[in-house]
Amino acid sequence: MKSVHHDFITGARDTIPILFGVVPFAMICSVAAINVGLTPFEAIGMSFIVFAGASQLAVLQLMSEGTLWLVMVLTAWVINLRFIMYSAALAPHLEKEALPRKAPFAYILSDQAFGVTMTRFSNAMPSKPAYYYYGSAAIVWITWQISAVTGAFLGTLIPQSWGFDFVFPLSFLALMFAAIKDRPGVVAVLVAGLVAIISKALPFNLGLVLAALLGIGAGLLAENVSDKKSGAAAL
Amino acid sequence: MNTLSIWLLFIALALGTFLLRLSFIYLFGKVDMPAWMGRPLRFVPASVLAALVFPALTHPGGVLDLSLGNIHLLAGLGGAIVAWKTRNVLWTVAVGMTLFWILQAILKA
Repeated sequence: MKSVHHDFITGARDTIPILFGVVPFAMICSVAAINVGLTPFEAIGMSFIVFAGASQLAVLQLMSEGTLWLVMVLTAWVINLRFIMYSAALAPHLEKEALPRKAPFAYILSDQAFGVTMTRFSNAMPSKPAYYYYGSAAIVWITWQISAVTGAFLGTLIPQSWGFDFVFPLSFLALMFAAIKDRPGVVAVLVAGLVAIISKALPFNLGLVLAALLGIGAGLLAENVSDKKSGAAAL
Repeated sequence: MNTLSIWLLFIALALGTFLLRLSFIYLFGKVDMPAWMGRPLRFVPASVLAALVFPALTHPGGVLDLSLGNIHLLAGLGGAIVAWKTRNVLWTVAVGMTLFWILQAILKA
């Protein structure tokens, strides 16, 4: 039981640096919601039950443009398609966990918790991987909710010119470099990044999904090539 | 939008997103994940993170900008060097944000 506890704490602790990105992002989501005309209660409610910042911002923008209800829903779902990939990567580590326990932690799955967790798993596997993930997911969720409430009331006072939202790409950069293990990983990153730049104009953030898929494909291809090379060298 | 359709919108977003998040966490072990899916997963984190980061630096405000006036790109490159050397989020954010604010001040001056 003690080691179980330990991995939960470690997961939460390892996530602390990235919380500096979570706080402003959650506040930005609240501020954006209020700018669109939602009440503070609705802004907080959105962050509380949806808890997926990028899709929330996209929906708020569409809302301000008077978009169809169904289009807003579909847009958010497409932006959040990446969670299927996260879910698949996490699944083997949560296999032995009971559904009533892992379902709430699936509900609060975030980019940040996923990034921190998978980076740790590929470096040194905790004795209870599920608890490590739970700790990471929980601290992101709690921080997000507190920040969303704060943002709904105080966020309008933070000047947008400070550019605090820049914390996000910066924190993703560090996680990205940590996730690169070998040369095929470098290939995956370069292809995904370049495709994302080229396909930025695609509607509904589809470029993100396309770029990730092509990056994964390029990584696999590079892995096959290097496998064949090392096989030839062994002969 | 009226209050009811706003809350229905939130619920629809939350439910759909929850199903995406739960998908394989629920299915794993019930439906055998095909063997060919295991290898690609190794590249998922790096690829998705790259797809989030690159356009955020090259498209500040949603428009492609590869000029020296793009301080997101310049500060991001500085942050990338720190990220590469340290693989540490806090250092990357600290150096990247400091660079960003310095460049912002220079650009304004």
